[in-house]
Amino acid sequence: MKSAVIVFPGSNCDRDMAEALRLVTGRAPAMVWHREDSLPDGLDLIAIPGGFSYGDYLRSGAMAAQSEVMGAVKDAAARGVAVLGVCNGFQVLTEARLLPGALMRNAGIRFVCRDVTVKVENSQSAFTARYDAGEEIVIPVAHHDGNFQADAATLDRLEGEGRVAFRYAEEVNGSARGIAGILNEGGNVLGMMPHPERAVEAAHGLTDGRRLFEGLLEMVGQPA
Amino acid sequence: MKVRVFVTLKHGVLDPQGKAIHHALEGLGFAGVNDVRAGKLIELDLADDVHDSEIEEMCRQLLANTVIENYRIEQVERAGAAA
Repeated sequence: MKSAVIVFPGSNCDRDMAEALRLVTGRAPAMVWHREDSLPDGLDLIAIPGGFSYGDYLRSGAMAAQSEVMGAVKDAAARGVAVLGVCNGFQVLTEARLLPGALMRNAGIRFVCRDVTVKVENSQSAFTARYDAGEEIVIPVAHHDGNFQADAATLDRLEGEGRVAFRYAEEVNGSARGIAGILNEGGNVLGMMPHPERAVEAAHGLTDGRRLFEGLLEMVGQPA
Repeated sequence: MKVRVFVTLKHGVLDPQGKAIHHALEGLGFAGVNDVRAGKLIELDLADDVHDSEIEEMCRQLLANTVIENYRIEQVERAGAAA
């Protein structure tokens, strides 16, 4: 599986993401700096990592969403390439309008950094194929702006179309309807606040994130 | 020309920062504060030939996230006007 990790100034989970991809897929991803206006050929997955791109200036993800590389990411997403945005990556995807809604300051104001229980709502996407629908998994979160908000019509549509991939099984940040991760209409773009790349090997203490990457491997016809 | 852009959360959107400020004001003993909403003020120094429509575009594309925020543009100093 050929993958790339986008790196912005202020990204800080880019190497964690790269290591998770290397470990699970057996191939190190290309690291792509935000000033590039093109991506390597033949990508199966583009990962937008967590962190604090541009210091969260203006709004989390707002500046990164305007960077050169995002034009190429949008083109790739439109062609059906899988795009995974984690934490700040989710914020970037909403600001780039690749996903609906917005991620606001946590309802409790505090930065939340802990392991949370998340329910897999949709196991039909490439990202979630290795989970069972309704299964509860434990994945760490670490964010200040993870409070997902959208208007009621958008929330109804997301739920009606099975585009809520993950929902918190506990109160975390005030997100509308407990939404932790959503898919785009095509099912090839996933944004999520929890960090699957921090839960892939025994040394992490948690391994429930591993199957997300295994699902992507299956998507490209490689056994996990 | 100088322009001020006020970015505020839309009505009905929960404002955790405004709420925290509200609590802090109450903690300081200020009574009678009904509600607090926090927003942003962005000052732009623009060339005189920048059109209003372009300022609108700046707001829509970057300065405000229209999913959750409203914006209001205020001309502080008009082109050619004495300071």
